[in-house]
Order: sequence, then C-alpha cells, then structure tokens
Amino acid sequence: MITAAATTSGLPRIALGDWVESFIDWVTATFGWFFDQLKTILVWCYDQIDVVLSSPPFWVVALVLAALAFWAKGWKLGLGTLVGFVVIDVVGQWTNAMDTLALVILASVIALAIGIPLGIWAARNDVVSSVLRPILDFMQTMPAFVYLIPMVVIFLTGVVPGIVATVIFALAPGVRFTELGIRGVDKEVVEAGHAFGATDGRIMRQIQLPLAMPTIMAGVNQVIMLSLSMVVMAGLVGAPGLGRDVIASLQRVNISLGFEAGLSVVVLAMFLDRVTSALAARAPVSKALSAASV
Amino acid sequence: MEDVPAAAGVDRDSATAANGAVGTDGTTSVVVQVDNVYKVFGRRPNEAVRQLKQGAGRDAVKHLGTAAVIDASFAVGRGEIFVIMGLSGSGKSTLIRMLNGLWKPTSGSVQIGGADLSKVSTKELRAIRQRSVSMVFQHFALLPHRTVRDNAAYPLEIQGMAKAERLAKAQTALDLVGLAGWEDHLPSQLSGGMRQRVGLARALAADTEVLLMDEAFSALDPLIRREMQEQLVEIQHKLGKTIIFITHDLNEAMFLGDRIAVMRDGEIVQIGTSEEILSDPANDYVAQFVADVDRTRVLTAASLMNRPAAVVPLSAGPRGASRTMRDAQVSAAYVVDRSRRLRGVVYDSEVVAALRAGTTSLESLVRDDVTAVTQDTSLSEIFAPAAESPLPVPVTDADGRLVGVIPRVVLLEAMVPPQLEETSSEGTEDTVDSKESVDSVEPALGLHLAAPTDDPRPLETADPTPPADPTEPTTGARP
Repeated sequence: MITAAATTSGLPRIALGDWVESFIDWVTATFGWFFDQLKTILVWCYDQIDVVLSSPPFWVVALVLAALAFWAKGWKLGLGTLVGFVVIDVVGQWTNAMDTLALVILASVIALAIGIPLGIWAARNDVVSSVLRPILDFMQTMPAFVYLIPMVVIFLTGVVPGIVATVIFALAPGVRFTELGIRGVDKEVVEAGHAFGATDGRIMRQIQLPLAMPTIMAGVNQVIMLSLSMVVMAGLVGAPGLGRDVIASLQRVNISLGFEAGLSVVVLAMFLDRVTSALAARAPVSKALSAASV
Repeated sequence: MEDVPAAAGVDRDSATAANGAVGTDGTTSVVVQVDNVYKVFGRRPNEAVRQLKQGAGRDAVKHLGTAAVIDASFAVGRGEIFVIMGLSGSGKSTLIRMLNGLWKPTSGSVQIGGADLSKVSTKELRAIRQRSVSMVFQHFALLPHRTVRDNAAYPLEIQGMAKAERLAKAQTALDLVGLAGWEDHLPSQLSGGMRQRVGLARALAADTEVLLMDEAFSALDPLIRREMQEQLVEIQHKLGKTIIFITHDLNEAMFLGDRIAVMRDGEIVQIGTSEEILSDPANDYVAQFVADVDRTRVLTAASLMNRPAAVVPLSAGPRGASRTMRDAQVSAAYVVDRSRRLRGVVYDSEVVAALRAGTTSLESLVRDDVTAVTQDTSLSEIFAPAAESPLPVPVTDADGRLVGVIPRVVLLEAMVPPQLEETSSEGTEDTVDSKESVDSVEPALGLHLAAPTDDPRPLETADPTPPADPTEPTTGARP
C-alpha cells in the first residue's frame, strides 16, 4: 500500500498503482488454474531445450553451433563462434550460457509466434494497427524489470516469470517489423497480384511475405537481441543462466564474476546477432536483389 | 463523345493499318464499355458525385473529396488500341484501374465482355481478371525473387494451370517478346526495357482479350521506349488483342492509338483519331497541348535547305544533264527553266537511253514525280514528300523558283533527340520519362507523317551523333 499523501499540484493522490495491484491479485485468484497450466508447459519446454544444449559434452555443442554459424555466413563467423564459446567455457560460464541460450530460444520462438501473425493482421487492418500501436509503445517503453514484479506474484520465482516477462518485452519489434515490411511492399506488385486475379491469401503468401522477408528478419533479429537482454535481467527473479551470476556479482560487488558473466553475455549476443543477420541475407528476395551486381 | 471506334488515321502506314481493320468497316464488337463513370476519393464521395452531376466543378466539391474521374464514357472495340492521354493528376491511372476493378467507380458502370464489374461478386471479379483483363505496369511490378520464366508464368499459376503447361505457355510469350534465352535470369539482372518485356510477356501469357497498359513504357529511356512501342504494335498485329494504353506522351499516343482520349482534370475532353485531335482539337486545352508539343512546326524548309547538287537547265539537253549528274555523282537531277522555275526531275538511265537514241531535247524526259515544298513549309509537313521519293525534297519560292533542296539526312538529323537537356513541362510525378520521346528516325519518317515530335531542342543544334543505323528499327532481342 502506498501511503505518501502529498501531490505537488494539490490535487488528490490517485492510487493508480494500488488499482493495478488489485487487478493483478484478482487475475491471480481468478485465472490461477490457467497460470498453473501455463507454468507447467513452459517449464517442460524449457527443460527440453536445456537438455539438448546442456547435456552433451562442451565440444559437441560448441562445434554444432560453430557449424551453424559457418553455414549461415562463412568460415570467419564459424571460427569466431568456436573461439567465443571456448572463452565462455574457460571462464566457467558454459552451463550458465546454455541455460541463457535455452531461455532466449524459447522466449524468442513464443514472441515471434505471437508477433508475426499480429503484424500480418495489423498490416491488413488499419483498426488493428491503430489499436496495437499504443499497446506496443507501452510494452517497449515500460522499464523492463517492472514486468518482473507481477510475474513474481503470478508465477513466483524461477524460469517461468523470466520467460513470460521476456516474451512481453521482446514482442513489440516482431509485430512492428512485420507490419512495416508488409506495408512497405511495392504497391504495384501487390496490385499486379490482384490484377491477375490472385486471392488475398495467395498475395500474402507469394508476394507480400517473401518481399517483406528482409524486414521481417530484421524484426526477428531485434526480438532475439531484446530477449537476450531481458533474460539476463530475469536473473533478478531467479531465472537460471548468466543473469543470475550478473545479479549475484552486483549484490556481492564481485568484479571478477561480473566481468566473466558479462563477457559471456557479450559473446552470446554477438553470436545470435551475426547468425540471424546472416540468415536474413539468405532470404530469396535479398539474394535476388544482390544478384543484380553479380 | 462517340461510341463507335473510328477508322485509324488514313495516312498511317502498314504497321498500324492492321488496326485499321478494327474500325474501318464499323463492325467491331465492343469489348470494354465505360458509361458515365465517376470516381471520387474522400469523405463523402456520393454527395460529391451528386453535385458533379448537377454541374458543379471539380474545385467546388473539393471539401467532399477529390474527384479523380468525372463522367467518363467510352467504348473500345475488339482489336483496337485505345490510348488514354493526360498529364499527371488528370485521372487516367484511376480510370484504368477501374477497368479491372482495382478501384470501384463511385458511380457509373464498367463492362468487360458484357459483365458489369461493379455487380459481380469478388470471386467472379477474380475470374474476370484471370480470363479477360491483364495489366502491364509502369514500374514492371515483377516478383524479384522469381525467375523471368516464373514471372511470366505467374498469371497461369494463379489460374491453377499445371506446371508443365504453364511453363510452356510462358515460354511462348517470352519468345514472342524476344526474351528467349533469358528465362533463368532474375528481374534484377535485366535492363529496364527487358524487365518491361517480362511484364508484357506475363500479360500475354495470361492470354486475355484485354490488355491494360498503365504508362507501360514511361519509365524506359527514349530509344528503348520506341522499340517497345513498335514491338507492341507488331504483337497487336499478330494477336489482335484489345489494348487500352495510358500515357502522358502525345507522341506515344499518336504512334500507338487507333483512337485517343485526352483527359484533363478528371474529364475526357476529346476522343478521336490522332488526325482529328491534331487538326480539330475540341478546345483550347487540347489545342495548346498539341501546339506545345508540336515543335517541328517551328522548323521550316528555309532553315533546313541546302544548295542543290545537280540542277540542269531545260536547255542543256540530255548531254548537259548527264554531265551534271556525272560531276555531282548523283543519279537524278532537277530540271529548271530559264527563270529557274522547277520543271521536274530527270533520271540517269533515261538520259543515257535518250543520248543513245540521239534525242536532243530534255523536255520529254522530265518527270514531275517530286513534290516541292515552299520555304515556309514546316518540318512536320516535309516528311510526306520526303518519304515519297528517294531524292532530296526541292524547295521553291513563291514564284516556283528552285531555291534549295532538303536531303533526307538533314531531315533525319533534325529529328534526333537531344541527349542531355530536358525541360519537362509536367508535374513532378513523371520526372523519369516525359518529354524526350523523339525517336529512332526511320519510324518517324514512316509512321509519324502527321504526328509531330516534342523535341525541345533549340533548332540550330542538331545532334551530331544520330543513332547508329537510323534505317534499321531495332526491334529484335537485345543481348
């Protein structure tokens, strides 16, 4: 309960925060069964991904990820990835890094699974677009860890509040870039689809989505990077991974642990960013446009 | 406004004579019928149309919406090339988009092959677009991630045709536009002219009765544009498509159109053949438009003529004539009388034959098969006599005296477009293209007899580098 009474304007103090709190309490009480189900499912998903990343020996996972980087971009990125992961391992953060990666993957997949369809819907419907816009602004500008507070109320501590808060935080660019990409497709090409008698669905599938793909992929990249920054912060609510060590080092003023965990975050971030950017450049439209210079 | 397609211009040559079959006998069936079509964008379009119908002007209804098309009516017959011409903002693009239902008219009806587009269901409308109307776009509108072949086959893919069949049909269309050998390239690897050929092949592959072309050649550079225009006429000749062509370029309109509709501020101000529009403009706007573009009328014979190379006095006889021709290395000479009045022309073979036969008078050998022009004859009127005869066009003064000749090469030089300096008199929208459409030259001679060019170049600076071979219209495939 907030007790500070004075407002500088002299107008009565409005207990907006209290109302939100009551609302969250009500939601928790009313939809508790739903959140329990959700929690079970999310924990299960996280465990599956984490098992795949954490149980094989270090070299297997590092080489597979380096091979992915090699396939996406080339030998430089592949080699850089391998070196980066070795650095993570020798500072003793490998297990944490894989926990974090599992969180990022799960949160990003969920955020994209929600965000891209919403973006498509917003691109086709001006009303949806104008309703979504302020909501997305709110989601993006609200200080990130504020999301964690109600999540703790609803889900207690652990993996799940971290994932849900991350999904909310990272959702916006997925929606925005998808809408932007589709709306930015050359009007004449879409018109051509109509002019030759294509259905709306076919125009979406064969014209709008492929042509918007470079922009959508930029959104995917943003979603992943925002997810990473948020899952680190989710260490505050006890989510596993690098975030927990970062928070711990802050609380204990442990410079060496802070640096090692932070460096691991940087390596992970660079890996995810470079690989997703390289994948974006492999979209057929991007390739077709760069073919002009061949 | 007339509803029956008129005959193609009488003075146009074989390339367009094919289209002439459309209108000359007046028995064409109407394929596209547009009746009293209005299109208003804005908040209260219906109220705007109601006021427009009561005679309100375009500006008077501005607070209700933007009137893009006002009371347009016309009919296009099977196999006709119907050109809608107007500057940017005249409503022509909106009008053409109502012909395949991309826009719905606010009022009035559009019928394609008898079906009223505003009355059919969405599904039927799609079927009409697949079967009856295809479209070529100003900026090509190709799918960048698909090959040339797949782009050309796309309308057939939409129609649900089996893959082998649609690829075969696409191939036929690509062959027709001269793109054989480019099937596996991506659009980004092609030049603008070739991309538009893909756009054209795509529309042809759809095999629809009607072809809508929205400023299809406006984004291309002038020589390529002329090539494409010729190719379009050729294809139309072969396939007999009904083509509705949008342009802001009067020359293009004159070259392509069996009939031309001139639009201004949303209204069709005149429909007619290029002849009719040139010689009998419906109002000051059309007249000004025509006059403005018609720069060849400023050039006169006097400014172009040279000293004649071979002139023989009638009294010189066959011997004198043959010597003159030998000295000048020509095979014909102009014959003048004692006061230098032009009598006609004599030819080398006949003069030599006369010499052998011992004839001493030139009189019987003089032929009057050259048409002389006067010094103040405009350039556009010299093309007809120049096309009739291989000889230089003789220029005479008021008394009929020979004062000079205009060799064909001089005419051709005068037609060469400027390469750099452009002054577009249009709105900003059409900056890429507009005014430089003067043309490779042979077609100008052959097909543009009455059509002026809009060459904005100062008269005296004839470009010294004409296109490589002006006698060969280059319609074939480009490498």
